[in-house]
Amino acid sequence: MNMSKNLHKKFHLAGNIFDSPDQVPARNGYGEGIVEAGEADENVVVLCCDLTESTRNAKFKETFPQRFIEVGIAEQNMAGLAAGMAFSGKIPYISSYATFNPGRNWDQIRVSICYSMANVKIMGAHAGISVGPDGATHQAMEDIAITRCLPNLTVIVPSDYWETKKAAIAIAGIESPVYMRFGREKIPVITTEQTPFQIGRADTYRDGDDVSIIACGSLVYEALVAAEKLSGDGINVRVINCHTVKPIDEKAIIKAANETGAIVTAEEHQVHGGLGNAVAEVVTKNSPVPMEYVAMMDRFGESGEPNELMKKFGLDSTGIINAVKKVLKRK
Amino acid sequence: MGVTDKQIEYLEDMATHIREDVIIMLENAGSGHSAGSLGTADIFSTLYFHILKHDPKNPDWEDRDKFVLSNAHICPVLYATLAEAGYYPKKEITTLRKLGSRLQGHPHKGALPGLEASGGPLAQGLSIAGGMAIAGKIDGKRTKVYCMVGDGEMNEGQIWEALMFIGKNRLHNFTLIVDRNNIQIDGFTEDVMPLEPLKDKLKSFGFHVIEVDGHNIRTLIEAFEETIFEKPKVLLAHTIPGKGVDFMEFKPEWHGKPPNKEEADKAIEELEALRSLGGKITCEHE
Repeated sequence: MNMSKNLHKKFHLAGNIFDSPDQVPARNGYGEGIVEAGEADENVVVLCCDLTESTRNAKFKETFPQRFIEVGIAEQNMAGLAAGMAFSGKIPYISSYATFNPGRNWDQIRVSICYSMANVKIMGAHAGISVGPDGATHQAMEDIAITRCLPNLTVIVPSDYWETKKAAIAIAGIESPVYMRFGREKIPVITTEQTPFQIGRADTYRDGDDVSIIACGSLVYEALVAAEKLSGDGINVRVINCHTVKPIDEKAIIKAANETGAIVTAEEHQVHGGLGNAVAEVVTKNSPVPMEYVAMMDRFGESGEPNELMKKFGLDSTGIINAVKKVLKRK
Repeated sequence: MGVTDKQIEYLEDMATHIREDVIIMLENAGSGHSAGSLGTADIFSTLYFHILKHDPKNPDWEDRDKFVLSNAHICPVLYATLAEAGYYPKKEITTLRKLGSRLQGHPHKGALPGLEASGGPLAQGLSIAGGMAIAGKIDGKRTKVYCMVGDGEMNEGQIWEALMFIGKNRLHNFTLIVDRNNIQIDGFTEDVMPLEPLKDKLKSFGFHVIEVDGHNIRTLIEAFEETIFEKPKVLLAHTIPGKGVDFMEFKPEWHGKPPNKEEADKAIEELEALRSLGGKITCEHE
């Protein structure tokens, strides 16, 4: 049953979202995006911490060997080098796993990059609990919180392969530091090549007036699935892809609060400091409505298959549906 | 390409001016780092008034050499030097650390002309300078990058990450100056966290190492001008913390302390006496 007729046409979302969506890792979008960004601007350089293949830097390395810089396992040095290169006119993308970049080099990101407005693009790969069997040490669930608090830094959490690719290209065009996170696993492709993408604009994929789900990253797909299921119960759900967590699209959030009167946020991240808090900051100040959070509830993850973990910690459509029912009772 | 006695005298006199500025700044600020600022004044005079290709009237000149201060807590000496060089009006030095000042307690890139990087958290400047050097290499530029680190700062792991990187890439456009003054906040470096044999360590990371008296401007110039191909260079500069002000020399307690009014007056008096001797200060190091 394809119910994509409820989705806004202008976003050209994939026709097979609710049947059998294509499954592609978001990191592939990053890997292809940087090659296009590199073709468009010769100042684009990529710095890598001994993870060329898994962070999807390999194609850039092959295409632009002179502009690929292997730093070794040294994330702190990588952040500083990138700042120095940015001060020399380069547009460095620095990549490693999100647990280390921005996890291990936060001080360098704060002072060498953000305080100095260095035009560095920080790429957090293997973000979220869906990295799975590696366990809690490698599951970045705090990276949005520790980047969102830094002045001058834009924070982007794309929802699928296409959006990650478009974002990787688009960020080269803004002259300020950016943090972008994406996961390792194959996830449903919900957008298409034609889907418009604009940094800072939250996209309302699905209209509804009973409740809004504001999601980012892998949870946008789960939100769409939850919305379709809830429509069977007669609940009209608005779904907003809030890919830019900072600066956040206040207008879209206030509109959602005013028009639907209840909000559920959904993210593959700790409940403290992430998208949910960012949305709540806008809601409480402008248009207070009941809110529920779908997120990691202040605990560390564990080893397991990605789908097992997402289910265990409620980071799926079932978790979102439960949150929607809960928030509607408080409306 | 010898340097004349007159040039040396000029640079020595400039170093004394820089020291006086540092004392005035710190006394006005009421906080800040005295010892390292005074100890490196001769190096700063040599760099900014003889070695660096730069243009204070055009601080963003694309073909300038760059200097990054990684041990950025000694920024009073950098601020004083930039003022003497004409990057900004000298009268502003008394605003150090005050509300609304361009002279932040630790440097903020963009706040003041001539600052190539922000700094404070140790070791970050070395990586930034390394990034500038490799960018210059990629672009085939002939400009040079200089960076100063403090010896205590070398406790930081990031220093060794950056040294590995600079050594690996044979960044011969890069010169590191280690301010080897043997003190850090908790005491002598060899007690807090031994660095020796530092020369051997630096050599093993792929650097050409020159040990130099950090107060002898002639030998500093020779070391800076020594041509090295295919390798980055280090000046392991032995300095006396607090140099030029007798009661501050070699005293770890002056690491992070400013002089009060009385101490500042005494310090200025000493420095002026030094100038009447022709600016000559000597170093006990060999």
